Amino acid sequence: MKKRQVCQVTGFLALRACMAVVLAVLLIILIDIVSKGGGAVNWEFLTAMPRKGMTEGGIFPAIVGTVLVTLITAVLAIPLGMGCAVYLNEYAKDTPITRIIRIAIRNLSGVPSIVYGLFGVVLFVQALRLGTSIISAGFTLGLMTLPWTITASEEALKNVPRAYRDGALALGATKWQTIRTNVLPYSIGGMLTGTILGLARAAGETAPILFTGAAFYLPRLPNSVFSQFMALPYHLYIMSTQHHAITKVRPIAYGTALVLIVLVFAMNFGAVVLRYKLRKVKKE
Amino acid sequence: MKDSKIKVNGFNLFYGSVQAIKNINLTIRANSVTGIIGPSGCGKSTFLRSLNRMNDVIGNVRTEGRVEIDAENIYGKEIDVVDLRRKVGMVFQKSNPFPKSIFENVAYGLRINGIRDRNYIQQKVEKSLQDSALWNEVKDRLNSSAFDLSGGQQQRLCIARALAVEPEILLMDEPASALDPTATLKIEELIHELKKNYTIIIVTHNMQQAARVSDFTAFFMLGELIEIGLTSTIFTKPGKKMTEDYITGRFG
Repeated sequence: MKKRQVCQVTGFLALRACMAVVLAVLLIILIDIVSKGGGAVNWEFLTAMPRKGMTEGGIFPAIVGTVLVTLITAVLAIPLGMGCAVYLNEYAKDTPITRIIRIAIRNLSGVPSIVYGLFGVVLFVQALRLGTSIISAGFTLGLMTLPWTITASEEALKNVPRAYRDGALALGATKWQTIRTNVLPYSIGGMLTGTILGLARAAGETAPILFTGAAFYLPRLPNSVFSQFMALPYHLYIMSTQHHAITKVRPIAYGTALVLIVLVFAMNFGAVVLRYKLRKVKKE
Repeated sequence: MKDSKIKVNGFNLFYGSVQAIKNINLTIRANSVTGIIGPSGCGKSTFLRSLNRMNDVIGNVRTEGRVEIDAENIYGKEIDVVDLRRKVGMVFQKSNPFPKSIFENVAYGLRINGIRDRNYIQQKVEKSLQDSALWNEVKDRLNSSAFDLSGGQQQRLCIARALAVEPEILLMDEPASALDPTATLKIEELIHELKKNYTIIIVTHNMQQAARVSDFTAFFMLGELIEIGLTSTIFTKPGKKMTEDYITGRFG
């Protein structure tokens, strides 16, 4: 009896320790960034252009760039990803080919982001002649997000009870009517949640936008989707490793990191709120 | 047989390489109630789902033979399953109201059939709910969620939903198996009323129920039709030893 209790106690302790280590790492990162970057963030920092070789001023163009490129990512990833998921889950028969497609999609989510970046250069920048631009970078991030969107959307579709589908079909609904009226309304929440999480990840990526459109420094805001742009993650990379006055701009780097993290958290939080709202609608 | 509504001829069904239904031949009369009984896994639900081709939804299903409804083979090439399912309604074992209001559940079949006339939908919903003996219980809360109803009410709502599209045949797959005795009685009374206007086929696990509600009874076993006949005959003087063993509770 005694021995078993000791086992139990040490077991729990070990599990708690694992949890504590993970939490501690997260907390240390957050505290470090907030304490060192918090002072740099003010209204001017968020709304002004960088000045004097990016040693002063704000990060406004990087915020705008990241928001725009994320929007383009969403434009590509949401319809394409949901469409693929609906096709795979509702229409595609379970054949060796569709199974291979599924495995391929899951594997694609593990492809390093720099590979997507290089692929984006070849496809969007060069072959499709979109140049280094917001649209090229957005599409590259969109491709990278697709496997996540498709997988999350498929899971959401799988969660819709078969009884809803059978009930509609038995009333003489066509397959598409069934999907439109009795499947999509109950899976859209899960689909969007997964998609937003994917987008949040994309917003923080550097490698895919490195060669496809992100600029080191631009004196003005982009004026079309074919312009180059500044982006928060790339700006952070520059300020922390490439800048000529690296110690001087350190607070700006931390401030940029803080803004990026807040942006990503806000998107994740938005996903949670959205899911909660849509769940409530579903129950009514 | 006069007024035959459904005629099944040499019907086989395979799930992959497994044969679930073996050479079924039977005729079902219009405006009658036919009960299908048999032990679990005997293919009675599969057979029921063959009559509105709901088995098509499951991949890897193959059929042979003919199922004629009003002298038309429903497995023929020119058949539109969507039209077929409008004509052959179905009530499932587990009541499956949609997560919509009571009203919208019943109106669903009308809307997907392209009916936009509000007055017509209103009337049809009311009529269907009356026909399924639910109207008095829900008339004051048509806009509340279907999930607020009790199990028995939900099942009657599903019946109302099926009736709204004016089918000619109603398939019921153990419609009362999840209900308490009072709710079951209500459903059985309802079946009695409905047979004036519909041809009803009901799969049931409950032999007393088959005896109470059906005019004809079919006994299935391991995918085969052992016997079909007047309910009174099947339950008093069954033609086959196997039927007698089953209904007297010696197995199953």
